Amino acid sequence: MSDPIVWIILFPLFGAVLCALAGPWSKTICYPVSVLSMVASVWASAKTLLQAIEASTHEVSYILGGWSLDLFPRGVGIEFRADILGGLITLVVTGVGLIVTLYSRLPVQRETPGKESMYYGLFLLQIAGLAGIALTGDAFNLYVLIEVAALTGYGLIALGSNRAAAATFNYVILGTIGASFYLLGVGYLYLKTGTLNMVGIREVIEANQMYDSPAMQVAFVLILLGILIKMAFFPFHAWLPNAYCHAPTSTSCLLAPLVTKVMIYVMIRMILTVFGVEFTFESTLWTEVMPWLVVVAIVCAAVMALAQREIKRMLAYLIVAEVGYMVGGVWIYNYYGLIGSIFHVISDACMTLCLFLGAGIILEKCKTTHFDGLRGLFARMPLTMIGFFIGGFSIIGLPPTCGFFSKWYLITGGMVSERWEYMVTLMFSTMVMVILFFRLIERMHLAVSESGQNLGKGHGDLGLTERQTRFDEAPLSMLIPLLLAASVVLIVGVYNQDIVDQIEIFLQPFDLPTGVHYE
Amino acid sequence: MFEEGSIISQLLVERLNYFIYVVLLLIGLWAMIAKNNLIKKLIGMSIFQTAIILFYVSIGVKEGATIPIYLPEHDPHGSHASAEHNDTTASGPQVLEASKVSGYTNPLPHVLMLTAIVVGVATLGLALSICLRIYRGYGTVEEDDLLLKLEQEDSQNSGGFKKRRPRRRPSSAKAASGATRAASSEKSKSEKTGQGNRRSRSKSPAKKSQSSPASEGKKPARRRPRSKKPKEGDS
Repeated sequence: MSDPIVWIILFPLFGAVLCALAGPWSKTICYPVSVLSMVASVWASAKTLLQAIEASTHEVSYILGGWSLDLFPRGVGIEFRADILGGLITLVVTGVGLIVTLYSRLPVQRETPGKESMYYGLFLLQIAGLAGIALTGDAFNLYVLIEVAALTGYGLIALGSNRAAAATFNYVILGTIGASFYLLGVGYLYLKTGTLNMVGIREVIEANQMYDSPAMQVAFVLILLGILIKMAFFPFHAWLPNAYCHAPTSTSCLLAPLVTKVMIYVMIRMILTVFGVEFTFESTLWTEVMPWLVVVAIVCAAVMALAQREIKRMLAYLIVAEVGYMVGGVWIYNYYGLIGSIFHVISDACMTLCLFLGAGIILEKCKTTHFDGLRGLFARMPLTMIGFFIGGFSIIGLPPTCGFFSKWYLITGGMVSERWEYMVTLMFSTMVMVILFFRLIERMHLAVSESGQNLGKGHGDLGLTERQTRFDEAPLSMLIPLLLAASVVLIVGVYNQDIVDQIEIFLQPFDLPTGVHYE
Repeated sequence: MFEEGSIISQLLVERLNYFIYVVLLLIGLWAMIAKNNLIKKLIGMSIFQTAIILFYVSIGVKEGATIPIYLPEHDPHGSHASAEHNDTTASGPQVLEASKVSGYTNPLPHVLMLTAIVVGVATLGLALSICLRIYRGYGTVEEDDLLLKLEQEDSQNSGGFKKRRPRRRPSSAKAASGATRAASSEKSKSEKTGQGNRRSRSKSPAKKSQSSPASEGKKPARRRPRSKKPKEGDS
């Protein structure tokens, strides 16, 4: 147990195998096994993060298979490396995984009966894959782990209805294109540098001054394109809304907060650790182009979110908009922007989790997530709604929640680097989110007729009767994780300074501009 | 035409591998995006992934080199004493001298591609099984048909709250509505994932079951046109 960094992955991995093997004999074993392995994994990742913070180099390294860096300098062997950024993201991944695992008991039983063992097997593998993406220090291993996460994700979504399977097909096609582009880019990197270790690649690039090499430019474009597809950046987002809104409840709760965020982490990792700041921002044209693409992405996604009439689908488009925030925070090329981006990855994971858990409960109790089926929910499920709207307020960016602070840093970054278009877009998108959530509040809180009169006449069987406005809270196994997630949103908000301090320690060696950057 | 350094010579002689890989890549990409049949899309995906494998394997190739298993007889320089080899083979991984390395191809790209092939097989298998489910659920693997059916299903399931425009009732609707009523109770089980009901937009208005004034007051039944329920029939 001296190296908790490997146990982060091993616990869910073995848990998955155990679930898949033991499941056919005893279905009840899967849930406790999953919870236990996730608890252990959270413990390991917390310990790894502490180790990384305490270490003098601010990173923990472990090389699998007994190779050593001395024998083959950065060339052979897969390295797991947790610096502060990787450690933070891993903790977020495993923490979200734990909360969703706790939450998943009822929805899994109800939505995929008889397939619990397969479901939890895939579920734990998914978490292992995502945590692995955050930990690995090897560019090709990253591809493999991306595919592990993607394949299990396809399976988890397609376990739902036939409609979900149809939505998954698009995801498979686009996801494969994205991952293959990434793989191709890694091929070019290997061709030029002769190593696959991320730090090793940057060392070679810097030692040989390969900033103008066409092959490196090609590699960068391919990798960036692949990652943008995987993270559902706006023009490539087509797979996301359908996949997430038709997926089984606990699947969407797991995938929605994590997959896109982890891919943004990959982009940050590629820019900072693999290609290096100098190459990325000064040798390519992307610095000029990307902020404008981000503007388009955020505006389009926000407008599309506004057009949705269903909570889950609206949230899916919100994720696309949030992806735009984070990509923008990276590409405005600024110290504060990058802090905002990294912090937003963390806070967005928490608040999206909160919202999807809430939406899952609404779906469970009301059998619909359509806006018109939500009347009087505050009266029915006050606690659920409080949890849900803490997530909502965080997306809007109201002060005590973590969303406020990350957006604060993003806007500061936009201001300092004089990217006014990005700043204005953030403001615009915030307005849209205010409309979205207050429209929901209006429907849930105010639109109940006094006499319990059937407002839903001609609208199916969803009109409210007296009985339906009665207090009827969600089951505890779903409610407690939601409240847990909501409190995490608040805690991350309150202790934002401590997290940002750590991010600043991580960013110090990279020499990012703190003011306007002129060519 | 094939003078050294000309672009054609570069493409077709010096870098033929890379040229072929790009062509294959584009064929695969085109098939994935433009083909209508889901299986053909998957074939495109396979071609796409194979192209990348070709690219990687091309990286590792070296002229006149052999497989990277360290044996004296494979040593193209031949001059190294056998005694020297005995102790190197005995003690696990070691760094070879540069002069010996030149005789071997680079093994790493091949090893990477073994992994990539496994990933490709897994993706293909999963995608095919999803295709099977789509076929069982919707009775088609043509994307046009599938999109049409999905659109109908979506508007029936997820919308659900728009005012229905009254429409003249076709003569055959009565018989159809009785049958769909029976199907609707079965359907409602699968509608656990929620959602109200709403009339879909449809290309064939004659097949729509209309809401009769008599049933309006009661619980509105989930009527679906008969032609649109292959889900129950097939699975």
